[in-house]
Amino acid sequence: MEEKLQKIQKSAIKEIKNVETKEEIERIRVKYLGKKGELTLLLREMGSLPKEKRPIIGKMANEVRTILEKNIEKKKYEIENVEKNKRLEKEKIDISIPGDFPDVGKRHPLLKVKEELEDLFLKMGYDVVEGPEIDTVEHNFDALNAPPDHPSRDKSDTFYINDELLLRTQTSPVQIRVMKEQKPPIRIVSAGRTFRFDEVDDTHSPMFHQMECLVVDKNVTLANLKDSINHFVKELFGDDMKTRFRPHNFPFTEPSAEVDVSCLVCKGEGCEACSYTGWSMELLGCGMVHPKVLENCGIDPNVYSGYAFGMGIDRVTMVKHKINDIRLLFENDIRFLKQF
Amino acid sequence: MLVPINWLKEYVDINTDIRNLSDKLTMTGTHVDSIINMDKNIKNTYVGKITKLESHPNADKLQIVYVDLGDKKVKLITGAKNIRENDFVPVAIEGAVLPNGMEIERTDFRGIESQGMLCSYEELGIDSSLVPKESRDGIIIINEEVELGKDIVDVLDLKGYILDLEITFNRPDCLSMVGIGRETAASLNTEFNYPEIKIINEVDDVNDYVQDIEILDEDLCSRYYSRVIKDVKVGPSPLWLQRKIMDAGIRPINNIVDATNYVMLELGQPLHAFDLDTLEGKVVKVRRAKSGEEITTLDKLNRKLDEDMLIIADESVPLGIAGVMGGFDSEVRKDSKVILIESANFDGKSVRETSKKLGLRSEASSRNEKDLSNEIVVDACNRVCQLIESIGAGTIVKGVIDKGEKESKIKEVSMKPQSCNNLLGTDIKDEKMLQILNSLYIESRLEKEKIISKIPSFRKDLKIEADLIEEVGRIHGFHNILPKPLEGNILKGSKSELRKVEDKCKNVLYGLGLYEITTYSFISPKEYDRFNVKKDDSLRNYVEISNPLGEDFSSMRTTLMPNMLKVISKNSNHGIKEGMLFEIGNTFENSNKTIPNEIRKVSIGMYGNYDFYSLKGVVENLLNKFGFKYKFKVEKNISSFHPGRTAKIVSNNIEIGLMGEIHPDVRGNYEIEERTYLAEIDIHKILENKTEEKTYKEIAKYPSVTRDISIVVDEDILVGDIIEEVEAMSIDNLEKIEMFDIYRGKNIENGKKSLAYTMVFRSSDKTLLEEEVNGKYDKILERLKKLFNAKLR
Repeated sequence: MEEKLQKIQKSAIKEIKNVETKEEIERIRVKYLGKKGELTLLLREMGSLPKEKRPIIGKMANEVRTILEKNIEKKKYEIENVEKNKRLEKEKIDISIPGDFPDVGKRHPLLKVKEELEDLFLKMGYDVVEGPEIDTVEHNFDALNAPPDHPSRDKSDTFYINDELLLRTQTSPVQIRVMKEQKPPIRIVSAGRTFRFDEVDDTHSPMFHQMECLVVDKNVTLANLKDSINHFVKELFGDDMKTRFRPHNFPFTEPSAEVDVSCLVCKGEGCEACSYTGWSMELLGCGMVHPKVLENCGIDPNVYSGYAFGMGIDRVTMVKHKINDIRLLFENDIRFLKQF
Repeated sequence: MLVPINWLKEYVDINTDIRNLSDKLTMTGTHVDSIINMDKNIKNTYVGKITKLESHPNADKLQIVYVDLGDKKVKLITGAKNIRENDFVPVAIEGAVLPNGMEIERTDFRGIESQGMLCSYEELGIDSSLVPKESRDGIIIINEEVELGKDIVDVLDLKGYILDLEITFNRPDCLSMVGIGRETAASLNTEFNYPEIKIINEVDDVNDYVQDIEILDEDLCSRYYSRVIKDVKVGPSPLWLQRKIMDAGIRPINNIVDATNYVMLELGQPLHAFDLDTLEGKVVKVRRAKSGEEITTLDKLNRKLDEDMLIIADESVPLGIAGVMGGFDSEVRKDSKVILIESANFDGKSVRETSKKLGLRSEASSRNEKDLSNEIVVDACNRVCQLIESIGAGTIVKGVIDKGEKESKIKEVSMKPQSCNNLLGTDIKDEKMLQILNSLYIESRLEKEKIISKIPSFRKDLKIEADLIEEVGRIHGFHNILPKPLEGNILKGSKSELRKVEDKCKNVLYGLGLYEITTYSFISPKEYDRFNVKKDDSLRNYVEISNPLGEDFSSMRTTLMPNMLKVISKNSNHGIKEGMLFEIGNTFENSNKTIPNEIRKVSIGMYGNYDFYSLKGVVENLLNKFGFKYKFKVEKNISSFHPGRTAKIVSNNIEIGLMGEIHPDVRGNYEIEERTYLAEIDIHKILENKTEEKTYKEIAKYPSVTRDISIVVDEDILVGDIIEEVEAMSIDNLEKIEMFDIYRGKNIENGKKSLAYTMVFRSSDKTLLEEEVNGKYDKILERLKKLFNAKLR
């Protein structure tokens, strides 16, 4: 019996070693371990053994069965692995073929810059506020201290609906609306559409976009204004950007200044874009809110002071993306929009 | 404003180089736009005297010119016509290089050698608009004795720099050499010298020449100051005078006009000279024009006047348009003998409006239209007399006629040094503030912790404390103020609810692959026709711009859709065959309130390989984000849209938007080939309806039972009607019902269709039994049979 068992084990292992397919291995399993398999049949002969030998042989037979089962399993696994690898090899694809899933959409570059600016100030504690595109002469000029004969009020500069209403020429009327409704401390940013009587050409558009900030509180100084602008310019254009504050004149601020920023092309080295001055001119206008403007809104200029600054978003967008024609921003050519 | 440095130096010590000067001026508020270098590198060009002129034997149009250059004599050939013997002219001799790059060599002209070239202003690099009449189209005639052989660069002062300055609206005093002189002195901290005004000889009496001067409209003319000059010899100005005003951008005319222009440039006060002999009655009346009056101005154009325009007139006719331009008939001419100098202060607004109405802007009007000092008229008038006397162009008549009011009150403004430092965020000492103000000729003193400043008449812009603070700040230099972070509580920025909804809409639409566009707020009223808007539709009730930039920009849009179609049309015609676009923007609605309503909308446009359901999918994705219930309702009557493919979007019985396929007629109007789908939704309505809260519902534990139902109904019955009706039955445990197939054709009667729905039943607390579901199924079928005449297929 023992010899027979060993023989079975030996020949089975040998056979297992040589097979290559799942079918063959199954055939071997049936041949040895199946209902009519060699090992099964042999075990049936156990009854003819002497009583004391039975447990020994039984144990041995089980061992052989286990060994064979393990070998078969192992071989099966090996064969499956080979087959799987073959299949995977067949499934190889060309990964250089472009992806096939709908693209996400595109944000309009101008509005993207606008929203980024708003978010930047939102993080700095400014409320994002909007105002109407059609506003009153009072909000757009009078309350902002524009002299009655200021040329900007002319019909050749401003679009009017009637004697009292106009298309706002700046985002500043939003300042007036906020200051009339809200007590200091005030910290707002307002961006949006503005309109001026300009024929369309590559640098002019009757509709353009401005952004401006207003802070009103006790003890607000020009030094604070400089700090805020410096901070914002660095956030927007990078840490290596410098600013230059030039005294200027606006009706609604006193003192007033224009701010030049290091040339966005050469970063101040001097190049053709900045006429070798190293500065991008007049990027921002700013100043301390004129006491009359505060008064017009019911805020006591002896208690509160404030600063305001603003800029053209269209120009910033154009400089940032090297867009040379403002018309592109409003034509909405898909080939243009696709690039952002 | 063009300021030649050599001229500026007459009033102020400039102890630095041009770059630094330019920076200093810029950083104290006088922005230098550009620095013009006058040095054109002209060499070997000298003054010569024409000793003899001969005609060229071989050429009719050429002359032989013999020129004496002092140390040598040259012979040259010229085609110029404006030269005579004994004229002094610039001669470029062999080796000369001119600004246009021309190099002068000995050249043969039809058999005769030319040893040089006579030069014109243009050839020496001067803009032709500045060239005086007698030298135009020809050689520069130097009308005075000049040392022969002298370098032309020195004679014509073709060297040094000119600053091109940007002068802000509030500083008309800086439209003058003395104004810039004061600024320069303050920013460089050097001396400023006002010119000495002194007339040497005065004769007769002004009243012998002028009958009367009368200001009839005092509201438009605060002061009229004038003097008379007799024995006038009108002719070209001396070279130095010509060259000075040319460098400041004014073309020389004759000595009298040049003198008035010179003084205008120097002191900032425009002047005018009349030929006194042409004045009827020897009177001057400053009055508004009468309706129907006309005048021929200096530029020989006839101009119609109206009753808002201020004019200078004699007894009967207009002599000039006050502050804008003189009249042709009273102009100073070669034969003028006695002239009247006008130095007057006119109302700025009136001058500006008149100049605008007539489309006539001059150096004079650009100054007169601002708030000028009415004291400067005295100095300006006397200064021009002094100048005319000194160049020997006339004899000054004694006495002046000074009409109108002198600004008597000296205005004082006070400033607390502490307020100044508080606003600037600085620590500037009182003495420094006083020094700065005084350096700007704002006479200031410290009194009881206040600085009291006497405001000079030329600084009308200084009205309140903040104005003085600006003066201190800008001369101290904004660049010298150290930035300091804002103090106070840290605030948290916020956004309006409407903006949050808008931002969310944008994010959904970008995510779905749409491109964002942005278009003008104003459109042409014709767009409403192109968009087939019915005549009585409220969309046509638009706000109109009273002074539009042409019809295309004349009405405020009431809908975003026409612009969307324009953009689609443009892209489609560029050969881009499909696109998904959206715009979020305001529309404008006439209202009873003062300000029109501004309604923010989102428009969505799709064309090319899409259909109604692609657009509907986008709309559903968008609206589902906001968690409220809405329905699509059939809409057949909107003329811009396809009658069978349009839906209103409704929530709580209120229309929130519209979507559908564009009517082929409208597509035709916009020349779009592809079928086009548009939606427009009111963002305020989304805001009103949105529900913020989302509550978690437990995920089902028990299995569902699914039943399909297939029915045949009339073609008119909508898939959604059936779903709505079934949902309205509120059947217990019916989780959802969805359409999965529509079939028409074989085995289905004409005019009917077969609809197949899947219904999912599920209980939250047990596994449903078949029998329970069967009952519900039967109930639904019965209902559909009854309501829709449905037959089970």
